[in-house]
Amino acid sequence: MTEKTPTSRRTFLKGGLAAGGALAAAPALAAGDPAILEVQPWANELGEGVDVKPYGTPSPYEAHVRRRNVPWLTADPVSSINFTPLHELDGVITPNGLCFERHHSGVAEVDPAKYRLMINGLVERELVFTMADLKRFPRENRAYFLECAANSGMEWRGAQLNGCQFTHGMIHNVIYTGIPLKTILEEAGLKTNAKWIMPEGADAAAMTRSVPIEKALDDCLVAFAMNGEALRPEQGYPVRLVVPGWEGNMWVKWLRRIEVGDMPWHHREETSKYTDLMANGKARRFTWEMDAKSVITNPSPQAPILHGKGKTIITGVAWSGRGTIKEVHVTTDGGRNWHQARIDGPSWDKSMHRFYYEFDWDGSPLLLQSRAVDSTGYVQPTKNELRAVRGENSIYHNNGIQTWHVNANGEAENVEIS
Amino acid sequence: MSKFLNLAALTFAVGLTGTTAMAEPTGLGRPATPDEVAAWDIDVRPDGLGLPEGSGSVADGEPIFAERCASCHGDFGEAVDRWPVLAGGIDTLTSARPVKTIGSYWPYLSTVWDYVHRAMPFGDAQSLTADETYSITAYLLYLNDLVDDDFELSRENFTEVAMPNAEGFYPDDRTETAVWKNRAPCMTDCKPEVKITARAQVVDVTPDDPTSKHSMAAPATDEAAKEEATQVAAAPAVDPALVKAGEKVFKKCKACHAVGDKAKHKIGPHLNGIFGRAAGTAEGFKKYSKDMQKAGADGLVWDEETLATFLAKPKSMIKRTKMAFAGLKKEDDLTAVIAYLKAMTE
Repeated sequence: MTEKTPTSRRTFLKGGLAAGGALAAAPALAAGDPAILEVQPWANELGEGVDVKPYGTPSPYEAHVRRRNVPWLTADPVSSINFTPLHELDGVITPNGLCFERHHSGVAEVDPAKYRLMINGLVERELVFTMADLKRFPRENRAYFLECAANSGMEWRGAQLNGCQFTHGMIHNVIYTGIPLKTILEEAGLKTNAKWIMPEGADAAAMTRSVPIEKALDDCLVAFAMNGEALRPEQGYPVRLVVPGWEGNMWVKWLRRIEVGDMPWHHREETSKYTDLMANGKARRFTWEMDAKSVITNPSPQAPILHGKGKTIITGVAWSGRGTIKEVHVTTDGGRNWHQARIDGPSWDKSMHRFYYEFDWDGSPLLLQSRAVDSTGYVQPTKNELRAVRGENSIYHNNGIQTWHVNANGEAENVEIS
Repeated sequence: MSKFLNLAALTFAVGLTGTTAMAEPTGLGRPATPDEVAAWDIDVRPDGLGLPEGSGSVADGEPIFAERCASCHGDFGEAVDRWPVLAGGIDTLTSARPVKTIGSYWPYLSTVWDYVHRAMPFGDAQSLTADETYSITAYLLYLNDLVDDDFELSRENFTEVAMPNAEGFYPDDRTETAVWKNRAPCMTDCKPEVKITARAQVVDVTPDDPTSKHSMAAPATDEAAKEEATQVAAAPAVDPALVKAGEKVFKKCKACHAVGDKAKHKIGPHLNGIFGRAAGTAEGFKKYSKDMQKAGADGLVWDEETLATFLAKPKSMIKRTKMAFAGLKKEDDLTAVIAYLKAMTE
């Protein structure tokens, strides 16, 4: 392996570290901290009144908190993906404007007055619902993670992107308000040979997937709100399907129709895409569940340790498409020894969990990893354990353990280890 | 299939019993009319369910593919830039870089027909007729050496076509692997030594982040934001509603063209500086047709008038232009999109 001089990242990290050092040194000044001694503008001048921002936005000092894409990944931003800035978030809920986007033909701008949901196929009554109709059904509130099957896919052949936003940011976790899909299917009346459903989007990709009826009648939602407000256009406004724990591509956005059938459709997104090619040239299909996974979000390449040695918080997120997270283990020595992390916040089924590991950093280099154990007892594997089963070409469903190398300066890098 | 489905089938049976007991319809919604179902029920299955009447030959498909598909997928399905490769790749599925095409990977022909019909061409979806879709599908089979050049595909013979990789898929078996069965994670002294085997900095493909807080860039102040807003408001003496309408029309164009700040060439050239420029001369764009270059050499310069003529029906002005777009039929759309282009390029 040739050691190429690291890029501009290191340069600006150095700038950041210098600034961080200055900040820490400030209170040691003889007279005291200017942030205290001097009257700050916000303590002197009047601020904006109410109604200046009828729909509030984050502080301008948070302007760097952005979804970002990787331009070389796709041919065109209209059919592409961007990434949730996991390293800037805490808790378990993703703010609506930061939820990663994946569109196949851009964001459809659907007029809710012209929105219709059709149920057809193997049902007693083929029906059409308006938004007003849908809002007269009893509804539920549930938090679920949505993870793209390709999340961490670019990392399958080796450490590639420097930042957990890019390695793990095809995920978000919000509270949905919606109608159980079961309620709507029962309204139409399933025929006895109803075995599959096919949700379809109203956008120019007219996205379709085949979903087995057991899942449709279990926990799927026809959702119209996220985190208390209407769905964002990029998340399927006005209505999307929620398929808890299963790969994000199945959560059809701008949902316009659900057909009921007796066999799967084998459409493009479940044959050409989202199938897992093994070393022997055969491919797994219908790999719906997202297996247990975790990642340390801080520190990480975009979020170095700036405070030097001493009290340090390692934090991250964990989730499983098969239940809740029971334990998260953290190692600082590349997996030789593991420690129990502290899970804090809600532990909901198929929802993101937040973990913390607090320790005294002695300033020596670290090899950080986290490992999730879910409520089925499944233990998040290493990438090498997965590769032993799958070979080199199975880029989807990479739930392998992520490693960050933290150097003595607190800078983190995406690496793989033996 | 796997345990999941067995278990699920059981759940389903229980669910059904429950259903009959409580499935009293609320009466919400209304019956779908047959025409409504026909308008939206466009899906096609491997057994041919959903295929409409119609047919199309390889010979029919070639010119349609050249006009509607080749600008992204290449004349032979070899693909331009990072757009999907549609042909070839046979016997590559076990190689280090598998090429997953319709011929090498897709298990069912119905998937091709369904997808082309519902989502292609990119930026002009659901515009192909049934016959055109049969023709393109036939041509794609031909490009993959699966049929001869005199082949005609129709609803009648559709399910007779077997795809080479039809047997290449099997159900999810993750719960039967070693990874699933490992239930006792080691906590202490788990391995003797650890070595770094790969590093992202060496690969060096992470996008630069000018907004990172570690670059310590000054946050945008309200003053700066206000100044920018004033500038935008003061600049053009054009009808903002028309420009807004034009922006919507431009959605038809933006699969292939970009305009405005940082616009780059895509399938088509970026449109910055188009007004007053000779046709076929955008700097750095190498994919012009010969006809377009000739028109520019013969004196065609883009202005509101020439653009209006071209955009109304591109091929009647530049016969073999590579722009695979039929044209804007509505006068209003033409006026609006030109106003938008003016606003974006001034």
